[in-house]
Amino acid sequence: MRDKTVTITIDGKQVEAKAGQKIIEAADDAGIYIPRLCHHKDLPPRGHCRLCVVKVDGRPRSSCTIPVEEGMTIENDTEELNAHRRTVLEMMFVEGNHFCPSCETSGNCELQAEGYRLGMVVPKLPYIETHREVDATHPDIFINRDLCILCGRCVRASALQDGKTVFAFEGRGIEKVITVNAEHGLGETLMDVADAAAHVCPTGCLRTKRVGYSVPVGERKYDHNPIGSEIEQAASH
Amino acid sequence: MPKETTAIIEQIAHQFNNDPTRLMDVARAVHGRLGHLSELSIGLIAKNLGIHRAQVRDMVSFYAFFSRSPQGKNVIRICTAVVERMNGADELVEAFEKELGIFLGETTEDGKVTLEKASCIGLSDQAPSVLVNGIALTQLKPEDVPGIVAAICSGDEIDTLPQARVRKNLRQSGPILLGPYESGDAVRKAIRKTPAEVIIELYASHLRGCGGAGFPTASKWEKCRTSKGESHYVICNADEGEPGTFKDRVILMENPELVFDGMTIAAFTIGAEEGMIYLRGEYDYLRGSLERALANHRQLGLLGNNICGIEGFNFDIRIQAAAGAYICGEESALIESLEGKRGAPRDRPPFPVERGYKEQPTLVNNVETFCGVSRVLEHGGQWFSRLGTEQSKGTKLLSISGDCRLPGVYEVEYGITVEKLLQQVDAEDAQAVQIGGPSGFCIGPKDYLRSIAFEDLPTGGSIIIFGPDRDILEYMYQFGEFFAEESCGWCVPCRVGTTLLLKDLREVLDGHATHRELDELKQLCGTIKTMSQCGLGLTAPNPILSTIEQFPELYEARLQEGDYYPRLDLNKALKAGCTASGRELFQIETGEPAVTNS
Repeated sequence: MRDKTVTITIDGKQVEAKAGQKIIEAADDAGIYIPRLCHHKDLPPRGHCRLCVVKVDGRPRSSCTIPVEEGMTIENDTEELNAHRRTVLEMMFVEGNHFCPSCETSGNCELQAEGYRLGMVVPKLPYIETHREVDATHPDIFINRDLCILCGRCVRASALQDGKTVFAFEGRGIEKVITVNAEHGLGETLMDVADAAAHVCPTGCLRTKRVGYSVPVGERKYDHNPIGSEIEQAASH
Repeated sequence: MPKETTAIIEQIAHQFNNDPTRLMDVARAVHGRLGHLSELSIGLIAKNLGIHRAQVRDMVSFYAFFSRSPQGKNVIRICTAVVERMNGADELVEAFEKELGIFLGETTEDGKVTLEKASCIGLSDQAPSVLVNGIALTQLKPEDVPGIVAAICSGDEIDTLPQARVRKNLRQSGPILLGPYESGDAVRKAIRKTPAEVIIELYASHLRGCGGAGFPTASKWEKCRTSKGESHYVICNADEGEPGTFKDRVILMENPELVFDGMTIAAFTIGAEEGMIYLRGEYDYLRGSLERALANHRQLGLLGNNICGIEGFNFDIRIQAAAGAYICGEESALIESLEGKRGAPRDRPPFPVERGYKEQPTLVNNVETFCGVSRVLEHGGQWFSRLGTEQSKGTKLLSISGDCRLPGVYEVEYGITVEKLLQQVDAEDAQAVQIGGPSGFCIGPKDYLRSIAFEDLPTGGSIIIFGPDRDILEYMYQFGEFFAEESCGWCVPCRVGTTLLLKDLREVLDGHATHRELDELKQLCGTIKTMSQCGLGLTAPNPILSTIEQFPELYEARLQEGDYYPRLDLNKALKAGCTASGRELFQIETGEPAVTNS
């Protein structure tokens, strides 16, 4: 059973996938990049960001959570889906306060990189102007909730990889934020800068102190190649 | 004080075996005893249940009925849903605010009363209404308010107030669902069959889920029955939160035995020993009578061990009281909530019938569906399917409210036209009808010959009527507020999109938009519908989309001429800046104004 393969079609290309694999993993293996933010290869998928939504036999589904099935026909890189993805990205930008030019994470930021890849220039949606608290109580790490897109990677990494459950969600709807496992702030938790959770944030929300600009702008992760190119190149040898 | 709190919480946690999956009950009990859930309480609950503080905060911050700051001894929740506002809820809010000297969301200085608003509380047929400490006061007028406040403040029993009446308003009992019923009849007939034969009977009935989605009941049961697991569970979804629906309340008041028996038949069929009724927090006042009805059922040998004398047929039902969250009507969110977590919908597959409550095969059906099951087993699938249409067999309970003379619950045969319905409730001059609540569709007179059926106008049961003088689009905006408040926040398109829809629709309604902005609004609706995770996001744009389709002229009338409407009025902004800084006012010469501001 475990080694069984199934054949699916992504954007007209036939792809062999392992049974039980999620669509996004099968696509990765085949060198096809599906945009994503909340998904992380070392963590179970949750389907928060919805950027990875593809059409499976005509129906929109999040490719990080849906397992492959024999004969699935998947649309990914279509103008319709990319337009929706741009709008969803814009939503993340207007929900928070993402001012790339002054952000230390610029160039390493997956949110920004997805924006470039999908051709989002500037949000056309109105800003929401939510007010969220900064948490600088920890000696080595700070949380800038204005940059949080509620992807939940830190929640999962802390619970599953670090075994600490330092993070959780709080509130609902547009009031939803990241909370920490302490009465007051991150400084009271077991959080350590070596924890996996400290290194999974796709934006500048959860950052290590005192290492700012150690990599100059221009030499950063996405400065030369768009996000996803590593997946696309790996497959073309 | 902390010492006392520690003891109280220890005792409550112990009462629920320090079981973290019972966090909902523990949090409710602590909230009930201490009036709110402080950080101290949250920490103690976590300690006693052996979970993290953040997990408790995560859960309690999700539900509308939990307050984390001190509340008054009495909590008044004024329902400000659409039908209530059509019937004077705004004036009622004003009257309470004036009488108490506080605004909505505040607590009186003496700590006696907190005033809050609530989403639909399931009493739209007797609107406007409020919940005082969970007890419903209905059909209120502003002049009732001083007496009510005086009674609350002097500590009178709320349920002795003359307004503490919940009417059934059962206007039309049909041939199937709400006729007389002898407890246990359906169960006794079911157990003469094999579980497989019960499912065959359900197939013959063509019964479909009555909560709104309309999934064939027989095939859901069959999938659950054949799914392997250590235990199977039966859950009754009594969380009807769709604004304008209240038919499940009437079933639970009128004939809860039909529901219990439906669940017992399910237990027999899928092999379950444990059943739960997830009762919305707004229906807390029904809990006492339901508990009594359950006790009576146990006395009759219809619940408990060896049901109907069959050795080893053991099944019992407990009521899970909830705490105010619309999303928990979605079955996977409901299961999360039952497990003591925030009500966030799960991704599917796996479906609850395969892996649901505690990762085991779980059957979730609506209150009305379980009634239907009992009737099918009582009288036969053929009997049930003789009524209705090709794809929608039997009858449907409708909750009808809004601008009509005879609001209430109607059992109608599937296939009934909207026109006929409007005649029955005496609302033939309706300007529009909202079928299926905010998540459904708003239709106008040109569609009144269409019929209530899964293949035409599907509905979970909510029908809201808008009379000729109503500003429909303002009510669509209020539906939008409902979705924004009830979005669970799990996924981006729904969490952010529902708030953005409000902003954009407001601009249109206020005359600050052209065709271009309206088109952008439609595109935003499309993205939310396509990209959201669950039914809430998928349906949240429906009020806007269906009125754009049905009443384009209402939108046209508010649009400006021209290519676009600037969000920034430079001169206005400058004026504000000049005034603030005390500088002399001046005007910027703009070439051609893009639009003429009316």
